[in-house]
Amino acid sequence: MSEDAQTNACFHCGEPVPTGSSYVIRYQNVHKPACCLGCQAVAQTIIDSGNADYYRLRTDLPPTPEAALEELKNLKLYDIPEVQSSFVSSSADDTNVREANLILEGIVCAACVWLNERHLHQLPGVLGADINFSTRRARVRWDNSKIQLSEILKSIQEIGYLAYPFDTNRQEELFRKERNAAIRRLAIAGLGMMQVMMYAVPVYMAEAGTMTSDIEALMRFASLLLTTPVVFYSAWPFFQGAWRDLKLLRAGMDVPVALGIGAAYAASIYGTFTGSEDVYFDSVVMFVFFLLTGRFLEMNARKKSAEAAESLIKLIPAAAVRLPGFPAARAEEMVAAVKLMPGDHVLVGPGESFPADGRVAEGVSNVDESLLTGESHPVAKQADSHIIGGTINLASPLVVRVEKVGADTVLSGIVRLLDRALAEKPHLALLADRVSAWFVLALLVIAAGVAAAWYVTDPARAFWITVSVLVVSCPCALGLATPAALTAALGRLTRLGLLSTRGHALETLARATDFVFDKTGTLTSGEFTLREVHVLRGDREQALTLAHALEQGATHPVAAALRIAASPGELTAEDLRYYAGKGVHGRIDGCAYRLGTPEFLGLAAPALHAPGLTVVGLADEAGALAWFTLGDALRPQARQLIQELKQLGVRLHLYSGDRGENVRALAAELGIDDARGDMLPEDKLEAVRALQQTGAIVAMTGDGVNDAPVLAQAQVSVAIDQGAEAAQAAADMVLLSSEIGRLADGVRLARKTQRVIRQNLFWAALYNALAIPAAALGHVTPWMAGIGMSLSSLLVVLNAMRLSRIAAHAGEGAANDKVF
Amino acid sequence: MDILYLLIPLSLVFVALIALVFLWAVKSGQFEDMEGPAHRILMDDDLPESHGAKPDNDAH
Repeated sequence: MSEDAQTNACFHCGEPVPTGSSYVIRYQNVHKPACCLGCQAVAQTIIDSGNADYYRLRTDLPPTPEAALEELKNLKLYDIPEVQSSFVSSSADDTNVREANLILEGIVCAACVWLNERHLHQLPGVLGADINFSTRRARVRWDNSKIQLSEILKSIQEIGYLAYPFDTNRQEELFRKERNAAIRRLAIAGLGMMQVMMYAVPVYMAEAGTMTSDIEALMRFASLLLTTPVVFYSAWPFFQGAWRDLKLLRAGMDVPVALGIGAAYAASIYGTFTGSEDVYFDSVVMFVFFLLTGRFLEMNARKKSAEAAESLIKLIPAAAVRLPGFPAARAEEMVAAVKLMPGDHVLVGPGESFPADGRVAEGVSNVDESLLTGESHPVAKQADSHIIGGTINLASPLVVRVEKVGADTVLSGIVRLLDRALAEKPHLALLADRVSAWFVLALLVIAAGVAAAWYVTDPARAFWITVSVLVVSCPCALGLATPAALTAALGRLTRLGLLSTRGHALETLARATDFVFDKTGTLTSGEFTLREVHVLRGDREQALTLAHALEQGATHPVAAALRIAASPGELTAEDLRYYAGKGVHGRIDGCAYRLGTPEFLGLAAPALHAPGLTVVGLADEAGALAWFTLGDALRPQARQLIQELKQLGVRLHLYSGDRGENVRALAAELGIDDARGDMLPEDKLEAVRALQQTGAIVAMTGDGVNDAPVLAQAQVSVAIDQGAEAAQAAADMVLLSSEIGRLADGVRLARKTQRVIRQNLFWAALYNALAIPAAALGHVTPWMAGIGMSLSSLLVVLNAMRLSRIAAHAGEGAANDKVF
Repeated sequence: MDILYLLIPLSLVFVALIALVFLWAVKSGQFEDMEGPAHRILMDDDLPESHGAKPDNDAH
């Protein structure tokens, strides 16, 4: 941003301080500016509790806490034993000692962890708090007789973070176990390898005759003792995998690996007892260790890409207010949301989210469905309106009859969609799988051929040469080349806020030649901002202050736009009455004011009516005071995105259902050559088809239900910013971040991924083409084979991991835009 | 060279001990957060007086 953001930035969050703001923070006897009440309160709490060092230690700026303060109004809910049952475990000896897992939002750097831990430890009754920096999760233990969970959550909120309990679901727990088992296997293999090497090296180095044969035998028995747990514990997954493959008559990667390990181990035991020269325990342990290292790295990359899907699940509240006697009685009872059944009636107050899908039984209100449907305007709800679980009730209490719970809800459907993408293998990975299956089959045939040939010419060497061939060949490099790169890239993309819902998305995005954009909600924010004020009486400032006061409690986008534009004044409005979709009526200092559409005011719309803009008026009893025009603003990063995409050499198109003149004006402003307006969904579909017939690979970016068919038609599609539910179902990628510039990062990353995959495949092919003939001709001993193969697969995995780092620079760049 | 008859079995005992320590470390959750401790060491002062022990990592 501009310079004044630096000189006049909020001390706490770094956002520019609005002019005229009077919020200050006392820090080391100096008054620092704050941008809002939220920042002031949070910063003062941090400083007053003796944690001012946070400001010295932090390396990143926290989000503005305002939003956090809005949420979690009903913290008390979390104290109810029924609700706690799903995420709190209490100690066996003392039921008052309880432990819960919390998700922490707002953690941006290590200082946040420090601050939260210190803050929690200062609370009387908190027995312990551990924050995991990698997963942004906290484990808190407290004495329920001294402090309630809601107080803990509240105190975290007071320092500007958002904490909510989460149920360590089975999948999570499963992954933790799996990861710990992998670390244990790796550790055993690593220790075994180090020590076996220690015994092996002297044998290799010693000149003939210097080592007595009984010492050598002792070392071999020691190696055997150490190798046995490595083979039977650490390498066990390879044997399991191979056995599974064999049962299904498949040739998987594990088959030659298990054969190699098994044969080398068995033959080395035989050698140990017969005192022959050929003992290769060192090769066996090393081989196992390097293989496990590669798999461990891959497993972590995969986990990281799965985390984004989990964050959606938190939308459903943990508890609900049930009205068991409705409609006859209105007695309320608290229940855990998971215990709700279809047919139950629940009461949902303003600001709360709905615990399940259902229909309105009583009440009239507006609901914010933007998170699930992309509809930025609140949706009016009355009796019998459909309610989607996870959406937020805005205006007044509603009684909802529950219709669908748990896995049947719309939200669960979206979560399943994301899971599908993770499970679905992209085209290239499928190809790599097939190729490596054939490769393994060919390899087994070659090994058999080599064994036969050497058995005829030199039977003494036949066995170890065959083992070398099995071990040296690297189907792993071939099989890992693609998936490792893809998982690393998908993880990085997800952290950038660009979620792939289909396996092929990344591949196609890299090859896309034409980018088609929708206008409203895609390149523009889809949100209202105040464009102009036409004052008829009084002055501009006064009109805005009056409007601000009148729209104080309203949630309509027009109201939000007016509130943002006006600085808060001293005025308070009374007798406010909102008319949905029309306007508001209220009294300020005894005078009646109205604010709303020209029809609502009963006045003729002014001549300034501009195309594509919304006009609202402010009037008192004597007539109109001012007219406001509001319109859709360009997204902050749209210009930058278009620039970057042009540099990447793709053709750009803007297809919109909006009026032609608006669309062309925007296209000219952004520098897009092909702009068409007044398009129906069918027209867009036709236009994309026409592009495809010229051989273009089309990436379509849009939101809204209207775009769903065209999103499906394009080879790859991106739904922007929590786009409509249908769009998400049809879209291959979803931009969860509000920063549209991430799309260009995504394209760059996708292209780099393709490059890395090609490098990996090339390396795997080259390595195998050189190593297998060399081994077959007897030039490779088993230990050389073990090193060669392991290093080859490590190289492939490490090359793939590079993707998660390269893209980080692009991501950080985008994040820094916000601050500077 | 006779000392080797003692040293080699001794090395096996040490490996076993190290393996046990490692397995204990995994079990007590020391490998669950690989980033945090690296940062934490830079925060120069200790936690304020705690009101109890750290949470029990095994409890699940």
